[in-house]
Amino acid sequence: MDAEQCRCMDEEFKELDDYIGQFRDKKTALIKVLYEAQRIFGYLSEKTMLFVADRLDVPAAKIFGVVSFYSYFTTTPKGRHQIKCCMGTACFVRGAEKIISAFEEKLKIKRGETTTGLEYSLDSLRCVGACGLAPVVVVNEQVYGKLEAPDVDTILANNKG
Amino acid sequence: MVSLKINGQSVEVPEGATILDAADKLGVHIPTLCKLDIPEFSLHNHGASCRVCVVEVAGRRNLAPACATPVMQDMDVKTHTARVINARRTVVELILSNHPKTCLTCPKSTACELQSLAAELSIQGIAFSGQSSRHTIDASSPAYVRDMNKCVLCRRCETMCSTVQTVNVLSGLNRGFATCVGPAFNMPISDSVCVSCGQCVAVCPTAALSEVNNGAKVWAAIRDPDKFVVVQTAPAVRAALGEAFGMPAGVPVTGKMAAALRMFGFDKVFDTDFAADLTIMEEAAEFIHRFKHGGKLPILTSCCPGWVKFFEHQFSDMLDVPSTCKSPQQMFGAVAKTWLAEQLKVDPARMVVVSVMPCIAKKYEAGREDMGRDGRPDVDIVITTRELVKMIREAGIKFAALQDEGFDDPMGESTGAGVIFGTSGGVLEAALRTAYEWITGNTLEAVDFTALRGLRGIKEATVDVDGIAVKAAVAGGLGNARRLLEDIRAGKKQYHIIEVMACPGGCIDGGGQPYHHGRTEILKKRMKALYAEDKSKVLRKSHENPFIKKLYAEFLGEPHSKLAHELLHTHYVKRPRM
Repeated sequence: MDAEQCRCMDEEFKELDDYIGQFRDKKTALIKVLYEAQRIFGYLSEKTMLFVADRLDVPAAKIFGVVSFYSYFTTTPKGRHQIKCCMGTACFVRGAEKIISAFEEKLKIKRGETTTGLEYSLDSLRCVGACGLAPVVVVNEQVYGKLEAPDVDTILANNKG
Repeated sequence: MVSLKINGQSVEVPEGATILDAADKLGVHIPTLCKLDIPEFSLHNHGASCRVCVVEVAGRRNLAPACATPVMQDMDVKTHTARVINARRTVVELILSNHPKTCLTCPKSTACELQSLAAELSIQGIAFSGQSSRHTIDASSPAYVRDMNKCVLCRRCETMCSTVQTVNVLSGLNRGFATCVGPAFNMPISDSVCVSCGQCVAVCPTAALSEVNNGAKVWAAIRDPDKFVVVQTAPAVRAALGEAFGMPAGVPVTGKMAAALRMFGFDKVFDTDFAADLTIMEEAAEFIHRFKHGGKLPILTSCCPGWVKFFEHQFSDMLDVPSTCKSPQQMFGAVAKTWLAEQLKVDPARMVVVSVMPCIAKKYEAGREDMGRDGRPDVDIVITTRELVKMIREAGIKFAALQDEGFDDPMGESTGAGVIFGTSGGVLEAALRTAYEWITGNTLEAVDFTALRGLRGIKEATVDVDGIAVKAAVAGGLGNARRLLEDIRAGKKQYHIIEVMACPGGCIDGGGQPYHHGRTEILKKRMKALYAEDKSKVLRKSHENPFIKKLYAEFLGEPHSKLAHELLHTHYVKRPRM
């Protein structure tokens, strides 16, 4: 780790520490703190979880229990562009499987994985509440609807780098 | 009081009681699996996760878990209707459908609560098949094996580890079918803050948690003609061993145990109690030195390896507080491979020291880096009481019918003070007996420090020593130890000397003892057995042990001599808190 990266890490931990500082009842703040930690770092590393454990005085095992329970939390770094394919009932019957398979083929990764270089990560999720647009894909905060397999190329082209 | 009916019979129980409590009062048996309550240890595990105890309650659509459903006035409960029996069977079959079918060769076979439950409910087939859990078996620890494929998610281990012991190494992990109980990041347990106290193993209903079995290693050593194999047995073992052979709890089997070990073929059968007396010589001397010269007080006992690792993790700012004495197990090994080897003219390289311990942390302790000398461990193989039971069965010995035998000299002789090391409060009582006489120069007539006895988690006493009030405390169980130490760190409490044992009740409740299944009356009987053996001894103070005197006269010189330090003392290391 070079000096610049190191300083950057320190700043991120300081940001998290400041956030934790606002809670008077530290033990009930766990989920909020983990949410914020994931926002700051993009994922929850062992180092981050141990940091949270120490600051909140909550056992590390308990923290990992919470992190491994909720699908929202991730312990591996995610890509800069997070592609989430809806696999809810409506999307599923309108061909969501074909869409996610097309992404897998293009990106050469499986669902749940991230491309080397951290450009894209691909996940499936359950109903985003836009069934009228099925099948739906959410990239970062942008919703793409009524998709067919060839649209995958356009989506990737719009979200590069 | 609340009155209700169970199977048509009326019963009254206090408000807040559960249906299970009410059924117990009537003598109605409702099977359970996950539930375990040990009020003396503040252990309450009834999350109703297994649903085995379901019953029918009139007016309710769903079956109710008896262990977690509070009674209500005029409740009408049926415990064994066709619907209930059917549901219970289905529940157990579902648990079994994802349980390895290796009962015949399982280490827990015949002691497994799931196995007994299946027999009790006459399960004769499993209607469900499907995917099975594929958790990696964690054999990283020298003390115990974690096989989460055999876990029924009762969470007893987690409750014990976090609520009672406050070690906090175990937590429910993952979700759905992947759920298991484990340490942070699923790391190997040996890398975690686990202290190997073994209380999780003691309460596990199946073989999801079981001790590392070293029986085969012991047989191999005994059968190796080049080895000179000596065995030592910890005080708590004799108080519980008989239970496994149909003898009532609380009957000490010291003589039969010595006879059985001799039949195994050990070259010498010795007693850890001898080394317990030796520990007192060193520890009392250390206490008096600190006491008289304004040294660090309180002094904390250090015979319990679970406790030692616990304070290395949780109180690493206080590493100068505990006594530097090794435990009796380790002192025994160190003396056996030097003094004894010299006396018997045996090359120490040929000597194998086997320990029989009530404890699984002793397996970890024997391999600690700070133990041993010249690259040679003090103790080579550690087995628990349960492993000894298995070996006695393997050897075809009719244990209950054995004639009593004694231990061999010189490391088989002990005083009553050595015997009570096996129960919470015993080490402190033994230390006080010797320290009192050494400080005052007077004979101590009233040797029974009854305030320090019993199952209570924290015990305190003030002893008048030459006009000075010596404040002593005992903590049984690591949660109690944590509370005591935090009070001391915060300056809220002050003591001169403190004994801590990782297991609630001390070694008689060790993680390697025959299972007590939450019945604390068994533990109380084991305690009584040791105090009775203490009382029956002519010599009840460690410094009166003639062979200890001989050891110092011929070899060690005096307590805290250079050689004593080299062989009998150790140091501690700072370990991470999380």
